[in-house]
Amino acid sequence: MGGFPLRQSIRYGLLAGVAVLHMSLVGMVEAFSRREIVKDTISMGQLLLILAILVLAYVAARRAVEQHPLYAVFSGALVGLVAGALLAVLALLIKPLGMREVFANASPRLVKILLFDEEGVAGVARLLAVMTASGALAGLLELLPPRVRRPLVYALLATLTLGLLRDIFAVVLPRKVSRFLYTSSGLTQAGLLTFLAMWGVVFTFWETLGVRLQREVRSLPPAQQRPLQWTSYALVAALLVGMPFILGERGSYIFEVLDIVGIYIIMGLGLNIVVGFAGLLDLGYVAFFAIGAYTMAVLTTPELQVVRAVIPQMTFWEALPLALLASLLSGIILGIPVLKTRGDYLAIITLGFGEIIRLLVLSDFLKPYLGGAQGVTGIARPTFGDWYAKDPQDYYFFILIAIAIGFFISVRLKDSRLGRAWKAIREDEDVAIAMGIDHVATKLTAFATGATLAGLSGAIFAAKLNSMAPHSFNLLISINVLCLLIVGGMGSLPGVVVGAFALVGLPELLREFAEYRLLVYGAALVAMMLLKPEGLWPETLHVRELRAEPVKVSPVPAAGEAPGSK
Amino acid sequence: MGILDIVHVTKRFGGLVAVRDVTIHVEPQSIHSIIGPNGAGKTTLFNCITGFYRADEGEVIFNGEPIHFLPPDEIARMGIARTYQNIRLFANLTAMENVLVGMHPHLTSWLIEPILGLRRYREEEARAREEALQLLAFVDLEDRAYFLAKNLPYGEQRRLEIARALALKPKVLLLDEPTAGMNPRETEETMDLIRRLRDELGITIVLIEHDMKVVMNISDVVSVLDYGEKIAEGTPAEIQINPRVIEAYLGRGAATGLTPAA
Repeated sequence: MGGFPLRQSIRYGLLAGVAVLHMSLVGMVEAFSRREIVKDTISMGQLLLILAILVLAYVAARRAVEQHPLYAVFSGALVGLVAGALLAVLALLIKPLGMREVFANASPRLVKILLFDEEGVAGVARLLAVMTASGALAGLLELLPPRVRRPLVYALLATLTLGLLRDIFAVVLPRKVSRFLYTSSGLTQAGLLTFLAMWGVVFTFWETLGVRLQREVRSLPPAQQRPLQWTSYALVAALLVGMPFILGERGSYIFEVLDIVGIYIIMGLGLNIVVGFAGLLDLGYVAFFAIGAYTMAVLTTPELQVVRAVIPQMTFWEALPLALLASLLSGIILGIPVLKTRGDYLAIITLGFGEIIRLLVLSDFLKPYLGGAQGVTGIARPTFGDWYAKDPQDYYFFILIAIAIGFFISVRLKDSRLGRAWKAIREDEDVAIAMGIDHVATKLTAFATGATLAGLSGAIFAAKLNSMAPHSFNLLISINVLCLLIVGGMGSLPGVVVGAFALVGLPELLREFAEYRLLVYGAALVAMMLLKPEGLWPETLHVRELRAEPVKVSPVPAAGEAPGSK
Repeated sequence: MGILDIVHVTKRFGGLVAVRDVTIHVEPQSIHSIIGPNGAGKTTLFNCITGFYRADEGEVIFNGEPIHFLPPDEIARMGIARTYQNIRLFANLTAMENVLVGMHPHLTSWLIEPILGLRRYREEEARAREEALQLLAFVDLEDRAYFLAKNLPYGEQRRLEIARALALKPKVLLLDEPTAGMNPRETEETMDLIRRLRDELGITIVLIEHDMKVVMNISDVVSVLDYGEKIAEGTPAEIQINPRVIEAYLGRGAATGLTPAA
């Protein structure tokens, strides 16, 4: 076979093999197998293996297709075969080698899963067949025209997601529909087909009509675009506000998750101002969240006699402005010494600050004032007259309002004089200073604004939980918020929402896999940085403003000498 | 007494004396060139003027006021703007935003006004945008207003940097090798632009330049630095025949443009 990229295909196969071996031996496959995505057809563990094959086979096929279209299929199949062979070797060797002594997860059950519930040769054959077929399928996918491939892939992904998020949708849907589509852990086979067909139609439609519609809207003059834009905003807002009423009692679980995501979105919006706009890498952002939460807690709890003796117990509404003020002030106080440093140094100092706050609230010394390791209970709930917030749905509204405020502030500031000064400092601090920008005041404002949003988030968090423990305020929260910015796209407001759902919402829904949360996190971030470093929803320029000129510009090198030479 | 007086300025880096006892008086509305071989201390001198370096000895006096102890942002706000040898635009901002950042000291809004969308703020922004467009037009970039700075071709980036500096409404503009890397036509255009800055806007120009044709063509006064010391000063004609200058350049075999014939 002249020109067939044999070595390359084998290389990708080995790569896929290493990936699936790893997932098997750390126990992911086994743990994930407990959940059936489609009844009697495929479990999440198997899906994981197949997805790894699909991705790498697709990459391999993409390269092979340049030689000959058919090579794409062969190459994909080869990737599947090599990876499958590695898995088969593992499955066969686990018992004779007594691998379990070293790899605790190399259990008989894993072998069973890998061999698709069969034994010996039949199992190996089945494993190899499935893997090779998956690889070949990925190759075939590459051969399809994009117009067909894209709706297909999206429909598959959307359907699998619906299967994965069974816990949400099965509860929300009317019982009869739910019975038809879902089992106790995933989709029924009928559900699979229904969803596939539905999404297939939706995405095919989108690929043809939707794109054209979008283009037509874009080509309208701005004055006519605006009403359309406002309509779509209004629709989204109506949906967000109406959701609790539509779902009623059935939605408790959803709103529990949405509340947590929302709290992260508020923090994300705040940190986005600090890191995304002003470029100040703050690794101790959780500190401001903690300060907001603790101010709310200490001021409204009936406990903490020492404090109560001095400050009378407050309601939620009385304490809220004070919580915001406290976080704002702490942002300024921390900012003054810290902001003279740059880059790495700033990151380290803020990291230290975050830890200091966590240790302070934990300390026995401050226990009479802050509750120590046991935390604080009996924190006030938001009230309106006789009504008080109790369900996740109630807090959902508070969080929605806070997010709206955060969004509003960010949008307004982004293109203001202050926002430009932030971005200038992010791009080149020295030059920004040479333009007459007072860098300390500018950075301090970014810090304080971000801190206030974190404080708002913390205050709502405290009121929602009613009780608080210091371990809720660890470094991981800072890291989470930073990661959701990176995944969503630095400086992008929709990116904050997308990032929060991807990094906070999904793991929250897939609780049983909490063990592997950080592993997946790490892998996702590495993949992200390699494949889409600008984020899932990067900040875009106002296309509207660019319309006067063709959007794509390729820099034309100056005739004569190359840039930078003398 | 000029508009900008550099008086006995010395700047040391450890054992190295980058600028030694340099005194230069810049006349208002003149084009004053500072030339010298590589490493002569020209850019260091710029950094001393703009406050990014603190002079170890000597004074910098702007408009009669000593400024050598002020922080750089304050010096910028007093009316000294600069461009950089290696272009330093805000790469991920649009051309328009770059210019608007330059206007920063002349605008007043801060945190509250934009959040509340006050009328004063909206009017100020609208005016600023209009002014920015005019500045972009001045350097012939008005149709590039909404392009990211990093996407502009090299020559336009140079002009944008000048527009950004102009947005500060400076009295003195320090240009660090504005024609570096340009072809002859672009160089010619830049020379015209620099003259227009002086003649139309009344700005005093201090120019670091390697291209002798540019220096000799547009300068009113030329100061020559070598090894951190000022070795000569005078009109272009005087400098071209100054034996110490010729020695400084020819001694290193780099003075092709210095012969009077050029």
